[in-house]
Amino acid sequence: MIQLVRKTRTALGSGKPRLKMNLTLKEMKRKKVIYAMIAPYFLIFFAFTVLPVCLSLLVSFTNFNMLEFPKWVGWRNYAQLFVRDDVFLIALKNTLIFAAITGPVSYIACFVLAWVINEFPPKLRAIATLVFYAPALSGSAFIVWTLLFSSDSYGYINAFLLKWHLIMEPILWLKTPKYIMPIIIIVQLWLSLGTSFLAFIAGLQSMDKTLLEAGAIDGIRNRWQELWFITLPSMRPMLMFGAVIQITASFAVAEVATALAGFPSVKYAGHTIVTHLMDYGSIRFEMGYASAIATVLFAMMLGSNLIVRKLLAKVGE
Amino acid sequence: MTVIRISLPKKRVSRSWKGDVVLFALLALVGYFMAMPLVFVISNAFKPINEILKFPPDFFVQNPTMNNFFDLYHLLSGSWVPVTRYVFNTFFIAIVGTAGHVIIASMAAYPLAKRHFPGKAILFTIVVMSLMFSATVTQITNYMTLSWLGFLDTHWAVIIPAIGSSLGLYLMKQYMEQIPDALLEAAEIDGCGEFRIFWTIVMPVVKPAWLTLIIFSFQGLWGAGGAAGAMYIYSEQLKTIDYALGQILQGGIIRTGPSMAATLLMLTVPILIFVLSQSSVIQTMSTSGMKD
Repeated sequence: MIQLVRKTRTALGSGKPRLKMNLTLKEMKRKKVIYAMIAPYFLIFFAFTVLPVCLSLLVSFTNFNMLEFPKWVGWRNYAQLFVRDDVFLIALKNTLIFAAITGPVSYIACFVLAWVINEFPPKLRAIATLVFYAPALSGSAFIVWTLLFSSDSYGYINAFLLKWHLIMEPILWLKTPKYIMPIIIIVQLWLSLGTSFLAFIAGLQSMDKTLLEAGAIDGIRNRWQELWFITLPSMRPMLMFGAVIQITASFAVAEVATALAGFPSVKYAGHTIVTHLMDYGSIRFEMGYASAIATVLFAMMLGSNLIVRKLLAKVGE
Repeated sequence: MTVIRISLPKKRVSRSWKGDVVLFALLALVGYFMAMPLVFVISNAFKPINEILKFPPDFFVQNPTMNNFFDLYHLLSGSWVPVTRYVFNTFFIAIVGTAGHVIIASMAAYPLAKRHFPGKAILFTIVVMSLMFSATVTQITNYMTLSWLGFLDTHWAVIIPAIGSSLGLYLMKQYMEQIPDALLEAAEIDGCGEFRIFWTIVMPVVKPAWLTLIIFSFQGLWGAGGAAGAMYIYSEQLKTIDYALGQILQGGIIRTGPSMAATLLMLTVPILIFVLSQSSVIQTMSTSGMKD
């Protein structure tokens, strides 16, 4: 893709720039049907995805409450965010812990499970796929975890711990700071076998089987070697795609946290950057400050995605 | 031309039984973890009230009953806004949003996949970049944009941004790339315009891809965009069934039965769509790879 961009650039660079411009314009005029076809999508895409990123970068340097005209304040929002806002630092720490655990664990789980069920007969594989994918598919059904971890003795987990005499009184799972984070991580993992899991299944299905036979002849001894030297390298494009999806999701923990632990949660134990963003953006309407939070989140997501892409390029080498 | 096939003895890497045991144990464990909460939903949806309040609780229902579904009906019919309104809102958002997304994103994906035009590479690069951050980043600014456009507190506040979702465009474009050029050239010679080619030739060929887009988009919108819905829509009569069910759960332990019945009903729709389109989805995802 980047190569393509480069190619067009060099093509544009040759010859007289104005002549090139005219040619491009002529070509664009000739292909106006094509532009008409992509226009509706890209109009919406730019208005609600690209523009907001640019706009929130701009607004993050202002003080804006949606009523008065924004006031330019320079780096003040960022300075306040990292120096004075203790709650943001908690949110940052929590988000990084969530991302560092749920990101890699869910990514590896997606791949390993897809790899194990790949050798199943088709019917069984379809059922297994449904069982693993169902939680991600079921949207708000994660609310059932609030019943499992309910703090009275009707809570399923409390009831069983009481029955086996492991505890003497019900534990307030979702109101005790030290339990909140692990519970959110568990639920987040439960929800995480999504798009990338399907992509991995598809990737393994469409893999060239002769590669495996060739590998067997060339002296691949066991399935682990086969995995590392043949399967993983030939799946690299899927691995890239899956990584992008999982990383992005792992930084966006919010809905589960607020539904389970409340908003705000006890001692901010379940507070994340996204919930902090919601707090300032949709409750306090401090749009400048909220935009600064959004920009930090954007930088974190994009940055980690680019780093992981670099790392994945090394798989199987 | 004769093709000479040399058949080699099929050689497969040996699978040690120890490896099998480890992997299947892992699979069973994870399978239990994934399925248990959903089984719990199903079981509780059919539990009579005395079983819900029983200590210690049984995991599986002993005397299944449909009472929870009737209770749910009564609870909902007592609400201030008629329940049919919530149901209508949910279906309206999910269906209009999904249809709009599938048509508009496919229409943009076709030129990106099969045609050359100035600006194509940069547009697709931006789409791929946008997969790398989630919609939460843009939510605050979108709130301002939507309020400026006058979409706030209408269904369009959820529908319009969902139409521009980038995952759908990405998957559709990747899938369309494998359409043979010869097919399109034949249509061009017959004098078909770009739009005719797209609608009568490309769209029928990429059926697996739009089934995939339907399931992804529907699944996102069925919960009415979750946080997005809660943020952009505040009128009671515009809220979705998801919200109404959330209110039932607030009733505490005594409402467990009806709320699980409701969760079960909400679950079945996306799961049913997925079961019917699973093979198409897998087929589409096999082209989802990202080249570096």
